[in-house]
Amino acid sequence: MSKYTEDDLREELKTKEYEYGFYTDIKSETFPKGLNEDIVRAISKKKNEPEWMTEWRLEAFRAWQEMTEPEWANVTYKKPDFQEISYYSAPNSKPKYDSLDEVDPELLATFEKLGISLEEQKKLAGVAMDVVVDSVSVATTFKETLAEKGIIFMSISEAIQKHPDLVKKYIGTVVPKKDNFYAALNSAVFSDGSFCYIPKGVKCPMELSTYFRINQAGTGQFERTLVVADKGSYVSYLEGCTAPSRDENQLHAAVVELIALEDAEIKYSTVQNWFPGNAEGKGGVYNFVTKRGLCEKNAKISWTQVETGSAITWKYPSCVLKGDNSVGEFYSIAVTNNFQQADTGTKMIHLGKNTKSTIISKGISAGKSQNSYRGLVQISPRAENARNFSQCDSLLMGNECGAHTFPYIEAKNKSAQIEHEATTSKIGEDQIFYCNQRGIDTEKAIALIVNGFSKDVLNKLPMEFAVEAQKLLEISLEGSVG
Amino acid sequence: MELKDKLVSSFMAFEDMVDIDSPVHNIRTEAIKTFETEGFPTKRQEAWKYTSLNSILKHNYSVFPKHENALEYGDVKKYFIHDIDSYKIIFVDGKYSSHLSQTTHEGIDVCLMSAALTKPKYRLVIENYFNKIAAKDGLSSLNTAFSAEGAYIHIPKNKVVEKPIQILHFSTGNESALMLQPRNLVVVDENSHVQIIERHQSLTDNPVLTNCVTEIFANKRAIVDYYKIQNDRQTASLIDNTFINQKQESIAKVHTFSFGGKLTRNNLNFYQNGERIDSTMKGITIIGDKQHVDHNTLVHHIEPNCESHQDYKGIFDDKATGVFNGKVIVEKEAQKTNAFQANNNVLISDKASINTKPQLEIFADDVKCSHGCTIGQLDESAMFYLRSRGIPEKEAKGLLMFAFSNNVLDSVAIPEIKNRITKIIAQKLGVSIGFDL
Repeated sequence: MSKYTEDDLREELKTKEYEYGFYTDIKSETFPKGLNEDIVRAISKKKNEPEWMTEWRLEAFRAWQEMTEPEWANVTYKKPDFQEISYYSAPNSKPKYDSLDEVDPELLATFEKLGISLEEQKKLAGVAMDVVVDSVSVATTFKETLAEKGIIFMSISEAIQKHPDLVKKYIGTVVPKKDNFYAALNSAVFSDGSFCYIPKGVKCPMELSTYFRINQAGTGQFERTLVVADKGSYVSYLEGCTAPSRDENQLHAAVVELIALEDAEIKYSTVQNWFPGNAEGKGGVYNFVTKRGLCEKNAKISWTQVETGSAITWKYPSCVLKGDNSVGEFYSIAVTNNFQQADTGTKMIHLGKNTKSTIISKGISAGKSQNSYRGLVQISPRAENARNFSQCDSLLMGNECGAHTFPYIEAKNKSAQIEHEATTSKIGEDQIFYCNQRGIDTEKAIALIVNGFSKDVLNKLPMEFAVEAQKLLEISLEGSVG
Repeated sequence: MELKDKLVSSFMAFEDMVDIDSPVHNIRTEAIKTFETEGFPTKRQEAWKYTSLNSILKHNYSVFPKHENALEYGDVKKYFIHDIDSYKIIFVDGKYSSHLSQTTHEGIDVCLMSAALTKPKYRLVIENYFNKIAAKDGLSSLNTAFSAEGAYIHIPKNKVVEKPIQILHFSTGNESALMLQPRNLVVVDENSHVQIIERHQSLTDNPVLTNCVTEIFANKRAIVDYYKIQNDRQTASLIDNTFINQKQESIAKVHTFSFGGKLTRNNLNFYQNGERIDSTMKGITIIGDKQHVDHNTLVHHIEPNCESHQDYKGIFDDKATGVFNGKVIVEKEAQKTNAFQANNNVLISDKASINTKPQLEIFADDVKCSHGCTIGQLDESAMFYLRSRGIPEKEAKGLLMFAFSNNVLDSVAIPEIKNRITKIIAQKLGVSIGFDL
């Protein structure tokens, strides 16, 4: 039996390069660096947006200028210079394609490298793709099928043109444009993103998915996603990200808004594997994301995330449980390696009666990384019989990394039932020994244990995504996941 | 005048009363400067997110009480653990009361901070220990700046102190509003063992604010058992800052029983500077009205093979608010650490609220750390069981709540304290628990 110890694993983790780092050379139209009102206007004009949208952006921009960058997160990094970023970049070959043959072959090759080629995706069990390279949608598939059901699934800039009423009604209702520093920035300069509307009583027949990629060097990506599930509808939405290797830090400040009206259910899954920086902690993506969902009566929102990439992650998918009997869920695996820093968690705001929330967070830290869980469970005085269960487990590999837990629990109603549990441990020698004894070598044993550790969350991912999640875990913790 | 300005300006008057040539005075001047820049904490600070001092800082506190007020033992007997023999260090309005106290210099030193700060024979201990672990935040610095009186306890090597030491602070309401800043120092040398009981009690309804700092040093294999009983009036507020420095194989336990007071803030900090250390902090909080109790704990695991146990129970009625803010830091070197933290709360009324924030910061991989925290109600089936056996609702509730908080009492080593606390709990819950413990 080969002697595969944790030290070997650690060594491997150190030397493991970012496998999916590459750069596609597509001619891009890029704005000059810097940010001012003119740039905001120019972005808006470029997108051919109506007047109200331009004003909305400008208002956000003005608010953003008054704000300061938040510093409370348990991460340290060199602050991005917001005047050194180009705020708009669109692939040049603009016309929309009806079939894949028309798509830039180089782009197709890119997806092939990622193992997510459109052909494969099309063949896979009914996944409609809204592919975002840099900031503009270049391909949308399965639109017809969705259109039959009355489902609107398109890029947000297209939605602003075609369904201005819907966008105007819902945008900024869950994440107000002045919500926080990065949300305000995003509201001012967001270039594209996805919009999804599920009409009353419709169950979306397929998993909707988009791929975000940061492609152009030095271009910040400001995605805006808005998902509205009307009364009694259901949708499962997938989001996955990979990014090419870059030396300078790239900023990503996305905003995701979910609105689940009465009896609706939204399942939002993310697999995130942006370039985490190399073994020396150089480069990597800054991921400062605001994600929030609003649940009306009897509605349910479920966030599932697998976070393996990014140099800095600052992300708290939250649920506002406004309606009675609404349910919020948060399942997360965050893996950090080398010099990665993650400060992630959730907020569950219980406002309605009989609201329920579940938080399962698994953190795996290796190398010299820091992994923090930060969560808030808030029970308002009117939230009768609210129920929360939180569980945060951390797994440490090596003694140069850190795992932190910062749960905030605020209960203002006596009928609330809240449980919070957190543990920190390492892979026990006895566990490894037990496996060895039964003829499982150490590498497999570690794989088994890590798999078991994160099973609760992996199980929540849709089938198509679970495969990808496994792949991403492999990259981050090669040798430890079978 | 703002309380902060008043305190800063009264430092000059304070200087007239103390020996300004002693080395301690340098520490005081340094501290008043820190206080001047830091000021009182506000809700903007993370550690004070849920506790606002505004309501208690608005009174016009007198900082140096003028009169001495004599108290008769009979009047205050009920505040003592009086059924056992003990050493007593008693202060009335911040002044030492010799006729109520019982101090000693035989083998051990149980005496006054004022003596320790001025007499040459204590100089070495003061130099080595005074203000060595107290935090340099606004409130602790304020206390350091005005440190003159308090309890001084020094237990030399290999001594088991045969009876507990009681430290009591009474305020008599002589002043319309009084601010007290006791400063205690406890040094327990190798292999020694001591039990200490601390209590702050206001005797009238005049507002009292106590900003207390206690430094405790548990040297090699020392055992320190510390009890804080907080059952004060609705007008009295307490900010307690306790810092415990532990050396190898020492055991330190702090039990905090919070049953009253307008605002109580317990800053409890453990620093483990050695291997195989055991730290325990437990607390029961039962409050109602508009009371506010905030437990802010820190355990800093610096070296390997140590343990820490935290268990805080809270029952909140009426408009009471509770805060638990526990932090465990495990340094990279502190392998094989076992750290446990539990915080369980019951809310009885709709207006009561609880904010809890149990935090873990872990930098070592071979550790077992966990925290658990719950907020809930009494078990309905247990209620039903008791009711079905003819126990009235109120008593049944009382019994269940008693049971809920009881395991904190298990580790109380002085039976008389256990009895006393049991009685207070029963009284708080408004029931007579029909059995003795």
